[in-house]
Amino acid sequence: MITIKDLSKTFETKAGQVEALKNINLTIEDGDIYGIIGMSGAGKSTLVRTINMLERPTSGQVVINDTDIGSLSDKELRSYRRKVTMIFQGFNLLMQRNCLKNVCFPLELAGVPKDEARQKALKLLELVELKDKAKAYPAQLSGGQQQRVAIARALATDPDILLCDEATSALDPKTTNSILDLIRDINKKLGITVIVITHQMSVVENICNKVAILENGSIVEEGTVEEVFANPKSDAGRRLVYPDFNEETIGENVLDSNTHILRVVFNESDTATEPIIAKLAKETGIEANIIYASTKSINNKAHGSMLLTFKTADELNEAIKFLSPVSGITIQEVTKNV
Amino acid sequence: MFNFISPEDWEFAVKVIQKEFLGAIWDTLYITILSTLFAILIGLPLGIILVTGDKKGIRPVPSFILVIVNGIINILRSVPFLILMILVIPVTRAIVGTSIGTKATVVPLVFAAFPFAARLVESSLREVNPNIIEMAQSMGASPLQIVLKVLIPESVPSLISNATIAFTTVLGYSAMSGILGGGGLGKIAINYGYYRYQTLIMIFAVILLIIVVQVFQTIGTKLAIKSDKRIKN
Ligand SMILES: Nc1ncnc2c1ncn2[C@@H]1O[C@H](COP(=O)(O)OP(=O)(O)OP(=O)(O)O)[C@@H](O)[C@H]1O
Ligand SMILES: [Mg+2]
Repeated sequence: MITIKDLSKTFETKAGQVEALKNINLTIEDGDIYGIIGMSGAGKSTLVRTINMLERPTSGQVVINDTDIGSLSDKELRSYRRKVTMIFQGFNLLMQRNCLKNVCFPLELAGVPKDEARQKALKLLELVELKDKAKAYPAQLSGGQQQRVAIARALATDPDILLCDEATSALDPKTTNSILDLIRDINKKLGITVIVITHQMSVVENICNKVAILENGSIVEEGTVEEVFANPKSDAGRRLVYPDFNEETIGENVLDSNTHILRVVFNESDTATEPIIAKLAKETGIEANIIYASTKSINNKAHGSMLLTFKTADELNEAIKFLSPVSGITIQEVTKNV
Repeated sequence: MFNFISPEDWEFAVKVIQKEFLGAIWDTLYITILSTLFAILIGLPLGIILVTGDKKGIRPVPSFILVIVNGIINILRSVPFLILMILVIPVTRAIVGTSIGTKATVVPLVFAAFPFAARLVESSLREVNPNIIEMAQSMGASPLQIVLKVLIPESVPSLISNATIAFTTVLGYSAMSGILGGGGLGKIAINYGYYRYQTLIMIFAVILLIIVVQVFQTIGTKLAIKSDKRIKN
């Protein structure tokens, strides 16, 4: 279990102080695939780098299974880092070493005998489906293949935790999915806890079971992915869950102050197909106007969400009364600020 | 000046060439290679300290050490080579026993070249992608492991190019050292060309110097390219 306690990080720069992280508290359970999502500059990289002390926090602690990581000696920290490995947006392979030797690299650092290291590296290259590229140099591989080599390398020292800092941001959607599948497999098969840093909601939806939203150095929302998706409580959360929903795309006139808006979230796939809006109109005579609708697949379950507008508050209340008992949906009145 | 070349000059030049040039080429190569090697031997660790000992480096050292190293390098690099040769004569005597001759030339050359080599090493190592260094740290690499397994191997192509630059620069200096009794092609060019007005011999010596530079530069460039695995296929 990873516990981050009251963690803050302030950078001293020529232009003044930058508070990159402000009083972060977070618990990550063993076996989680934990997403940390936020806009550029939110502090995601800084946060994940404090977990292996590449960045020393200004205050606060990172505790892993009762060990305060900040208090380790240099030597202890180096052996700890073999158990908490990292993959990067830029892959960061050694360009003058072939793939096999890249995977051997952390084993060499740990003093594992050459033959043993080689055997292990070959096995890992097989796991990431790149055994045939063992002798190839990174420059001869595609981005997706390079990231696979980096993953094999990160697994070489049998880590308990894998940190992924924007590991798929440099890849196209298809390659992204194959890398995410690989990470999910690793999490399942090897039981490795994974922390995924990203600015893309789709990555979180695809593989994470929990998520924390980081904004301006603070965690503004956290919980299971289903919870946060179904009912984002923070502005940042709403912006991430409804990236294409804003006044420009909807049209300002719809969102004037007289409009009454209801959010309907379908949590189960079978309700999503039921024509409840038609039912609402037929049975109560209220015609709801659908101004936004989307479905997403989270952990292979379909999730839909919809924003309905009503002409009067009475209609809104009646619709709430009608929809509340329906199983498998959550409804919530929203203010103009969606 | 070419009008002054008489048949006797030709004859004399051919004789000198037959008698002295093979030895001179050998001396030049010997001096240059030995001096470059020593310069790299001293310059490499200094270049490494400059990079790793930096405030933001992988193993910061007290800043006075960097001030001293930088100071020595800058001072030696700003003294003109001719003057440096004279200044280090006592050191040369102490090490080699004499201040003239082929072996004695190596000492001032090393003094002139190691600060240059240190700077070249520094610039090669600074080219290594900082993200890769960070990767190594994230995998638990010690500073020494980072130097030996990341910084140096990743900059091999650049180190080879820079070693070639160092070699050709030392070659130029070694020719200059002919003035103070150093051996090799430089000595021939100065003795015959400057003191005895044998222009032909001087020109020949210069042509040979050019050829040596060309050959080594070509080999160095080829090796640097060949060693670079970032280049596809
Ligand atoms: N070494 C540093 N020195 C000074 N400021 C820094 C340093 N590292 C990060 N920062 C600042 O801290 C803030 C958070 O940076 P961080 O890299 O953690 O953001 P991020 O969420 O990872 O962004 P991105 O999605 O662009 O990678 C930024 O304002 C950044 O400028
Ligand atoms: Mg980042």
